[in-house]
Amino acid sequence: MILLTRKAEFSAAHFYFNPAWSEEENDRIFGKCANRQGHGHNYTLEVTVAGEPDPVSGFVVDLKRLKDILESEVLSVYDHRHLNFEVPEFATTVPTTENIAVAIWRRLDGKIPNAKLHRVRVYEVPELFADFYGEGA
Amino acid sequence: MRKREPHVFLSRRYQFSASHRLHVDALSPDENRATFGKCNNPYGHGHDYTIQLTLSGPVDPVTGMVTNLADLDAFAAREMFARFDHANLNMLECFRDLVPTTENLAAEIWRIFAEYPHATLERVRIEETSKNSFDYFGASSLSKTAVSNL
Repeated sequence: MILLTRKAEFSAAHFYFNPAWSEEENDRIFGKCANRQGHGHNYTLEVTVAGEPDPVSGFVVDLKRLKDILESEVLSVYDHRHLNFEVPEFATTVPTTENIAVAIWRRLDGKIPNAKLHRVRVYEVPELFADFYGEGA
Repeated sequence: MRKREPHVFLSRRYQFSASHRLHVDALSPDENRATFGKCNNPYGHGHDYTIQLTLSGPVDPVTGMVTNLADLDAFAAREMFARFDHANLNMLECFRDLVPTTENLAAEIWRIFAEYPHATLERVRIEETSKNSFDYFGASSLSKTAVSNL
């Protein structure tokens, strides 16, 4: 089995806020991330798929195809958007790095032909990233 | 029945600067020199160590977090930076009888963050330089996830 990783980048705005809490409680738990005006990051996405190389093409997955899937399923929805206001999965969940990794997994799972999604890694900044290996992991 | 929360691995990178000298009293000067090379130079030398911690846990459905980074950063400041940053590792109690290689430092950092109460420590990676890095997964054997995460 081969693991193959494709990187992509997107830039997006977000803030952390739980409407069930008071402003003070949001500030206490989320710190400056609770600023309602939002802030942004250059996110780096790493998608790792697992599979066997095709005996004819030698590919686990056609990288162009994978790039197109990342574009249509993730980047076209997330890039240069405000995650809280424009991406449906974050209408009711906080767009933390953890939740972004899980949401991207759910967007990609089952969409990649001939290969199995193995890991979704999302870097919010180089010093912080989250890995998700699927619901059963 | 409530659906199980997704289990996410969160990694955080920190950097501290410290000096050390690789030297073992039980070895002769020649043996120390042969074993440790320039790392045995008598006055020591230093590195900017990058500590990459991986912790895991269920994502809290309310906060969206495995652990609040403010808690992790405060724990790191108190338990790691206060002891190791701008210190001479050889002078520390944990290295009194143990050579402060990055392998041994990784195990010491593991002992610290294994006590972190809000998430499970999965891996300690230390980059001593951009060319040398060390991974420690704890005393138990490597998990499949840990290996595939390399």
